[in-house]
Amino acid sequence: MNTRFSDGDTVRISHRDDERHHRVPAYVKGHHGTIVRVCAPQVQPEMSAYHKPGEPMRTVYRVRLDQNDLWSDYTGRKSDTVEIEIFEHWLESVNHAP
Amino acid sequence: MSNDPRRIGPHDLGGLLLAEGEKPIDRDEHDFAYWERLVDGLIYVLGAKGYPADTAAFRRAIESLKPEDYTNLSYYERWAASAATWCTELELVTQAELDAKMAEIKARQTAGDAS
Repeated sequence: MNTRFSDGDTVRISHRDDERHHRVPAYVKGHHGTIVRVCAPQVQPEMSAYHKPGEPMRTVYRVRLDQNDLWSDYTGRKSDTVEIEIFEHWLESVNHAP
Repeated sequence: MSNDPRRIGPHDLGGLLLAEGEKPIDRDEHDFAYWERLVDGLIYVLGAKGYPADTAAFRRAIESLKPEDYTNLSYYERWAASAATWCTELELVTQAELDAKMAEIKARQTAGDAS
């Protein structure tokens, strides 16, 4: 299966809304993160949640985000992170400056 | 932030502060009531039989509870409500059958209370 992202890639979690069931909590939407693991392909919850097949399957990635970026009033260590698993169709490429 | 349009349901609470009158999650260990074990067992038996085909359907039925129901129901009450939703959607049981069974149990409890 083709995977769009690899370990170490910087991604943005889509800020969009979707009336259907999906697995992206509000607090990560629109934030940048780093791919730390390419997990397995899974059926798409936007369809499987309604007893539909959910094909084609989409790759799920583990994304690491900085706590300081997520919470404006964060008082913990600068190095604190949170990891969350996100479907490929909720991730966007981020172009790096050279 | 509780009106954040990106929020996807009453369960989507990451980063929210407690509002007036809201209590923090009770994290004490506690024993399960017999009915809670039954609900747990039923869900696992249904899962082993392939119902629902994907966990997302189970979660969707919980996350689409009305916010006041989501808040007021306990953990296994949410599980039972979820199962009732997709068991009727998948036509494993009809709403009329569920209603009849609940009325029967209620009548039995009322009779038990009276004796």
